[in-house]
Amino acid sequence: MQDPATLSDRDIGRTEVKNTTCYMCACRCGIRVTLRDGEVRHIEGNPEHPHNQGVICAKGASGIMKQYSPARLTRPLLRKPDAERGEARFEEISWDRAFQIMEERLSHLRKTDPKRFALFTGRDQMQALTGMFAKQFGTPNYAAHGGFCSVNMAAGLIYTIGGSFWEFGGPDLDRSKLFVMFGTAEDHDSNPLKIHISKFKRNGGKFISVNPVRTGYSAIADEWVPIKPGTDGALLLAIIREIIELGLYDRDFLVQYSNSAELVIDDPEREDHGMFKRVEMHYEEGCFDPENKLWWDRGLDIAMGTHTPGCDPYLLGEFTLDDGTPVKPAFQLLKDRVEEYTAEWAENITGVPADTIRRLAHEMGVTARDHKIELPIQWTDCWGNEHNSVTGNPVSFHAMRGLAAHSNGFQAIRALGILMTLLGTIDRPGGFRHKAPFPRPIPPCPKPPNSADAVQPDSVLDGMPLGWPSAPEHLFVDDDGEALRIDKAFSWEYPLSVHGLMHNAITNAWRGDPYRIDTLLLFMANMAWNSSMNTERVRGMLADKDEDGEYKIPFLIVCDAFQSETTAFADLVLPDTTYLERHDALSMLDRPISQYTGPMDSVRIPVVEPKGECKPFQEVLVELGTRLKLPAFVKEDGSRKYRDYPDFIVNHETSPGSGIGFLAGWRGKGGEKFLKGEPNPRQWEMYAQNNCLYHYELPRSYQYMRNWNKGYLQWARAHGMTRYAEPITLHLYSEVLQKFRLAARGKRPGRQPPERLRERVATHFDPLPFYSDTLMNKLIDTHEYPLNALTQRPMAMYHSWDSQNAWLRQIHTHNYLMVNPKTGAANGFDDSDWIWVESPTGKVRCMCRFTEAVEPGTVWTWNAIGKAAGFWGLSPKANEANKGFLLNHVIPEELPPCEAGEHISNSDPVTGQAAWFDQRVKVYKAGAEEEKATWPRFKVVKRYPGQEPKRGRWLSYFAGRFGKKAG
Amino acid sequence: MTQLALVIDLNVCVGCHACVTSCKEWNTSGWAGPMSDFHPYDADPTGTFFNRVQTYEVGEFPNTETVHFPKSCLHCEEPPCVPVCPTGASYKREDNGVVLVDYDKCIGCKYCSWACPYGMRELDEKQKVMKKCTLCIDRITDQSLPETERKPACVLACPTSARLFGDVHDPDSEVSVAIREQGGYQLMPEWGTAPANHYLPRRKTRIRIHEDELVRADNPLDKEAIELPDEQGETLDDVAW
Repeated sequence: MQDPATLSDRDIGRTEVKNTTCYMCACRCGIRVTLRDGEVRHIEGNPEHPHNQGVICAKGASGIMKQYSPARLTRPLLRKPDAERGEARFEEISWDRAFQIMEERLSHLRKTDPKRFALFTGRDQMQALTGMFAKQFGTPNYAAHGGFCSVNMAAGLIYTIGGSFWEFGGPDLDRSKLFVMFGTAEDHDSNPLKIHISKFKRNGGKFISVNPVRTGYSAIADEWVPIKPGTDGALLLAIIREIIELGLYDRDFLVQYSNSAELVIDDPEREDHGMFKRVEMHYEEGCFDPENKLWWDRGLDIAMGTHTPGCDPYLLGEFTLDDGTPVKPAFQLLKDRVEEYTAEWAENITGVPADTIRRLAHEMGVTARDHKIELPIQWTDCWGNEHNSVTGNPVSFHAMRGLAAHSNGFQAIRALGILMTLLGTIDRPGGFRHKAPFPRPIPPCPKPPNSADAVQPDSVLDGMPLGWPSAPEHLFVDDDGEALRIDKAFSWEYPLSVHGLMHNAITNAWRGDPYRIDTLLLFMANMAWNSSMNTERVRGMLADKDEDGEYKIPFLIVCDAFQSETTAFADLVLPDTTYLERHDALSMLDRPISQYTGPMDSVRIPVVEPKGECKPFQEVLVELGTRLKLPAFVKEDGSRKYRDYPDFIVNHETSPGSGIGFLAGWRGKGGEKFLKGEPNPRQWEMYAQNNCLYHYELPRSYQYMRNWNKGYLQWARAHGMTRYAEPITLHLYSEVLQKFRLAARGKRPGRQPPERLRERVATHFDPLPFYSDTLMNKLIDTHEYPLNALTQRPMAMYHSWDSQNAWLRQIHTHNYLMVNPKTGAANGFDDSDWIWVESPTGKVRCMCRFTEAVEPGTVWTWNAIGKAAGFWGLSPKANEANKGFLLNHVIPEELPPCEAGEHISNSDPVTGQAAWFDQRVKVYKAGAEEEKATWPRFKVVKRYPGQEPKRGRWLSYFAGRFGKKAG
Repeated sequence: MTQLALVIDLNVCVGCHACVTSCKEWNTSGWAGPMSDFHPYDADPTGTFFNRVQTYEVGEFPNTETVHFPKSCLHCEEPPCVPVCPTGASYKREDNGVVLVDYDKCIGCKYCSWACPYGMRELDEKQKVMKKCTLCIDRITDQSLPETERKPACVLACPTSARLFGDVHDPDSEVSVAIREQGGYQLMPEWGTAPANHYLPRRKTRIRIHEDELVRADNPLDKEAIELPDEQGETLDDVAW
């Protein structure tokens, strides 16, 4: 061999280097792709990218195997006339034919009843476009995957602090001294989180992980606090109680920046009980949170307008206003609420010892109080007070689905937001920091449609398909108070379902409840497998027919880059491109990759040609929108407005002349403006020259305290990021929730819930956080099903799109049910035995593995490693389909019939968040005579037309030679 | 003499496998490639990797530690794999101490893998030659790369920067300082192989709170109205003289 020191890799073949943005998960790191003779040689982190700073993860570095995966779809496919759904027998058709079919069908629906078209998408990062398409079409039946992912985390915190984790904000680990992570194994802000956890630990910070399982990040936690699933709310409330009891809260912060001192009417007899006392006062018309509320001044012992200069209000006490109204500060109500939540009470529920709970509270409170950070940054608050410094309390948090994916998750997350508020850590150094466009008003401005009239033939939807209700008037219900969306989002069943309930869309459409639809378009969502609850039954629904022989969901279009289980049920399959083959805009209108220091968005620019006839889904939507003559896609004369998606990105404005488009950077004719400005024909080039991103670094004085930072808020309004420049007061007490509660109790004029839902709404729309057992536990026999069953996502397959990836599947080839040895022994089986996992609604056979890194009442597995035989370009003999298993089969999408209804979603009653982790099971050994393979099993399908023929036994990838050899 | 090596910080390794696949990605198309995979899309896939992460559990619940442990060739200063090689295919570079295999000379006899006490060598079942970590020799010696990128792919990739790279013979290098100051250790030094790679141990941070820190001099609760009983009844003041 030649001495390696004498050669350069770049001399082998023709080398090109291009920048784009990764899409192996939702993290969206900057990547540098090296090509050799047109084949991908190397994908590395872009060292000049602020998001990932040059690092890359296991998935990102395996992008080559995604690009050249044999699971790729390459041709539009139409189900053969004699084939049943699920058989996956297709014929190749042209794109022209595919568009004709869609145009014919959809134009009829738009002319007659647009809501019979439903569009649901997976973790797609293009909600700005897909949501707009749905609105333009006129259908309310649109959502992305958020409802079954982590909407509780988004809603729980946004309705409390005006921002949340991940793309919305996060822990300031560079300055934090104590970091507490709840329910997170891996996250979709994965590389930034890893970079900063490492720095944090090296800086000597203490990292505590609260999680039933010790994997992922928890492995390097300084302290692991194993907790029973679904009980985090109890732990948080007990910590809150201890912090209040000892006076470890940041009083000044609470007074000035939260509604803690604001006086709440406290007279259960009154109609306005639980509402803030509001007085006549001038405020700007249309403002979102008028400051016409009261504090009780300590000095003069009288009520005064909030933020009256010199007023020092009580946080505790009860008072009577001059008009006789009995009132209490919100903080007093919180204190009353947590009185019963002692550490001993929480120990019984959570399994965390009371002493540990108290110690956690002390560590948080004392660190926040005694390790204050003071930065020499001048800023001015919304009330005109000038500050010479920004201060911070260095305790930070992060949380994910462990908190979110429970039916009591919304209130648990409210409790977390309140704990963060009590410690005085919101948008301050060392605590939680927002990412633009957050903070936003509580709740943000967009509202869903609120009556059946919003949906009209040949019309744009009146309202946003997804929005942020702040009162019952914003619900999308009919005159009887019943749902108008196919997933029943924004109904009284799940009023604040701000991300929709994709997990119930198929079941509801199949049942025709609230109505039948005609066409369901699924993009990048594996609803016939790991993205559905109750998978086996949902597969049945997709293939189920009426008496007249027509499918109950008459037309199903699936767009995906890969041969997923869902494609088998499609009538029409559209082959999407990979991320290396397309343009994308990771937009401020969706979930940008903003940094704590300021707004940032980014793009993808193709580095290789699309395979076969693959077409980016964005191009499909632009073409379809044009053919259907949706107003945003055509000129006034009905002719084509945009050549293609890149042209759309440059020239589309949210409304004519708004200056707001999908990309915030290099706007204005010559690229001299940002956030707002005329279209710039050279915008793509400018992104390409700048590492595919645009980052506006805010002046330091605008980087903190943004909820109340006058300069920042005025800047944000001037640049079209927010409608208001008013302070965003933290909602320790949620009047928004109280409005729904009052309606449920019949004390509020206007809309009221149907009778069957009154109690449910009144209970769960509590303006203060409370702990209740999960809905599932109240409805099933928990003695019969004593264990909690969870899934986690492994770092090397986070988002689980890559079993077709030859390298990644060697890391996770199949999954086990992970069981504490004591639990195994108690149930009569041993390590590596085949066992059954059974819930009240289903059972799965799998292999178990003993682990000491799980609390004994919990069993868990890696999510979505198990696959159906023959899919994802894998041989039917692949481990994924034989030893691997899918836990979803035992998780129902609906609760057992209960007072609230026959078919209530297995979800949080506030937000509609899928309660995956409420699952209860029993486990027992499989019979000796049973097959040593997973169950249930499904019919093996053949390769699709256009898919590569079976690959050989060996794969020896060498860029520049691979295609030649394979070809 | 220069001895290049990796120092792996177990205190921050989260077991994400970035090092595993970035290694495979770089090396399969590089000087040491290809790195073959058997049954890539079939049952029991298995392939050549120069670097793997193993995960161990230590202790019993609830006192469990989960340890992620990346393993690759340790580039021993006294590599037992070199003298046993009958063809001279296994060799240790004099300029930087990296242990390499010349595939042209390797006959796949596996003596080296038997000699390696760490199990770090893998026979490429397709090419029938022995393969192992090269510390990305074709990156670290490539003068056409910017100096910041003349590092092994795993080091550049690692999101927690758990992998340090440098000359362990240079007392001022980042790796030597880390070994010296943070308790860096070798694997099985008793074998006399003098592995160049080192590991940094787990370190725990604790917070100690003294009783008196919980009693605040400036307790904000003191600012709240103290509720007195409405009727005090008789007091000492009424009855004592």
